[in-house]
Amino acid sequence: MPSFDLARAPLRELNAALHALSPTTNETHWIVSNPSGKHAVACGLDAPVTVEIDGHVGYYCAGMNKAATVVISGNAGVGVAENMMSGEVRVKGDASQSAGATGCGGLLVIEGNASARCGISMKGIDIVVKGSIGPMSAFMAQAGNLVVLGDAGDALGDSIYEARLFVRGRVASLGADCIEKPMTEEDRAILAAVLKRAGVEARADDFKLYGSARRLYHFHIDNVDAY
Amino acid sequence: MSVPPHRTPPRFSATFNPNVIAEIQRAAATGIYDIRGGGAKRALPHFDDLLFLGASISRYPLEGYREKCGTDVTLGTRFARKPIKLKIPVTVAGMSFGSLSGPAKEALGRGASAAGTSTTTGDGGMTPEERGHSSILVYQYLPSRYGMNPDDLRKADAIEIVIGQGAKPGGGGMLLGQKISPRVAKMRTLPEGIDQRSACRHPDWTGPDDLEIKIEELREITDWEKPIYVKVGASRPYYDTALAAKSGADVIVLDGMQGGTAATQDVFIEHVGLPTLAAIRPAVQALQDLGLHRKLQLIVSGGIRTGADVAKALALGADAVSIGTAALIALGDNDPQWEAEYQKLGTTAGAYDDWQEGLDPAGITTQDPVLAARLDPVKAGRRLANYLSVLTLEAQTIARACGKSHLHNLEPEDLVALTIEAAAMAGVPLAGTNWIPGRDK
Repeated sequence: MPSFDLARAPLRELNAALHALSPTTNETHWIVSNPSGKHAVACGLDAPVTVEIDGHVGYYCAGMNKAATVVISGNAGVGVAENMMSGEVRVKGDASQSAGATGCGGLLVIEGNASARCGISMKGIDIVVKGSIGPMSAFMAQAGNLVVLGDAGDALGDSIYEARLFVRGRVASLGADCIEKPMTEEDRAILAAVLKRAGVEARADDFKLYGSARRLYHFHIDNVDAY
Repeated sequence: MSVPPHRTPPRFSATFNPNVIAEIQRAAATGIYDIRGGGAKRALPHFDDLLFLGASISRYPLEGYREKCGTDVTLGTRFARKPIKLKIPVTVAGMSFGSLSGPAKEALGRGASAAGTSTTTGDGGMTPEERGHSSILVYQYLPSRYGMNPDDLRKADAIEIVIGQGAKPGGGGMLLGQKISPRVAKMRTLPEGIDQRSACRHPDWTGPDDLEIKIEELREITDWEKPIYVKVGASRPYYDTALAAKSGADVIVLDGMQGGTAATQDVFIEHVGLPTLAAIRPAVQALQDLGLHRKLQLIVSGGIRTGADVAKALALGADAVSIGTAALIALGDNDPQWEAEYQKLGTTAGAYDDWQEGLDPAGITTQDPVLAARLDPVKAGRRLANYLSVLTLEAQTIARACGKSHLHNLEPEDLVALTIEAAAMAGVPLAGTNWIPGRDK
């Protein structure tokens, strides 16, 4: 099992080594120690490998991840798993702002809390937060599923498009054009599947679903007060 | 019009002129601001307000048609492992597939490639046709991140982080529903036919300290190969240039308010930002103060039309220029052959700017397949290549007359200004004097 100590070698060497892995590599499980809040750790991966990071990371850890599984045994800074395409990123601690921002696919699990703008402009990613999320989360969220077992901050889902927001706790307030929606069997099935993939035990019936009222899909002067 | 005796002829107000009256009437009738494409249409201090001095007793000219005047430029020499080498210092600016038709994007790639220069994607991502027809392609990294993915990032020759554009510094965008075709919608992960908002701020960073970290991430993802550009709309050019340089940019793109947009409020286009002429010298000064002039490259855009404009921008300190509106015109935008159809749209060739409506008779700013099919990308690409060639030849003509063996040897000392305003903005003397307004001398 390859290991890499970021206290002894630079980040560039780690990322270069991870980028050099082929889809059929035998080096499928990496241990990274002493990240010490470094930025851009394990970003741009494109192989079905697992990278375990032992400690806290800075901005953009696992950014644009494809295929890989990245596990952070600590907290994550801004933009963890930003623009992720596929694979899985798991944060065992808390995550800072813009977790999973613009993510197009894959699964992001945050076992603690996530700060503001979690899932901003998400484009197909599934995000599961075991704790609570901060304000302005899922702003302009386009597609994918955001599942929150705790509470959501103000202006949840402002200007949302077609993403689904499942919240088990309290929502401080909803943003423009975001409404509570009745949960269909299809919605329940989607939620249950996401929870299962995340390894989280929870009852779908305990969640409420929020999504777009689609009133702002076409700019109209009659809606100007909503902006 | 005949005027009865002893009556004053009709007199229009300079304040409430016919255009102003028409806009008040339009606003009163609709209750909504005017949206259009293009850049500022008002008269602004511009490159026309500058003149080159040419050689004289104290300056030797170079022989036209004989002595070489270099035009090449390398972009991304500061940090990137694979800088971009262009034959000419004129690039094609970012314009999206979505705002432009597929054939138009292909034509831009063909024209730029034939001329030995780069073209640029836009909001909405990279199309295979665009990549295939562009020998050097710059991939824009925008706040919306529509279509953004690491595969295309690695296919690009450079990455341009867009913070703003000259037509609307501080503004996002809106692509109206009629241009959200099934393909455009799929690329942007949006429902078909809805009005699509492009964000004005990046979703995962704020301010110059974060930008530095974002640049580090993009470099790490692409293994430090690609030049990283930072594009800003001209508003605070000294500080924006200094901060972009501090953040680690390889190239700074500075876009003045004459730079075009696919669709923005007219009031925004005409009243926010700086003219290109006013933005260049502060940006160059910032680089000089940091000891980075000519070490990272400055690309200037916004109202570049002629080789004289190219030469003047370079003389003021830019390393290259970029064209957008002029490139579309070269492809066939506002071509008089479509006059009858422009008339039906309530406009005329030369004034058509409702690019947001998707009804472009020339087939450029549209997603209507019938209209788009009107543009032959091969012929349109050839027209763009011709135009880029003329820009270069014109700039060389001026440079040789100033005794310069390379366009980059042009300098502010070669220029004078025709107006006090232009002299102050460009930092060159008023013609016939040694007076630069705002400077001690």
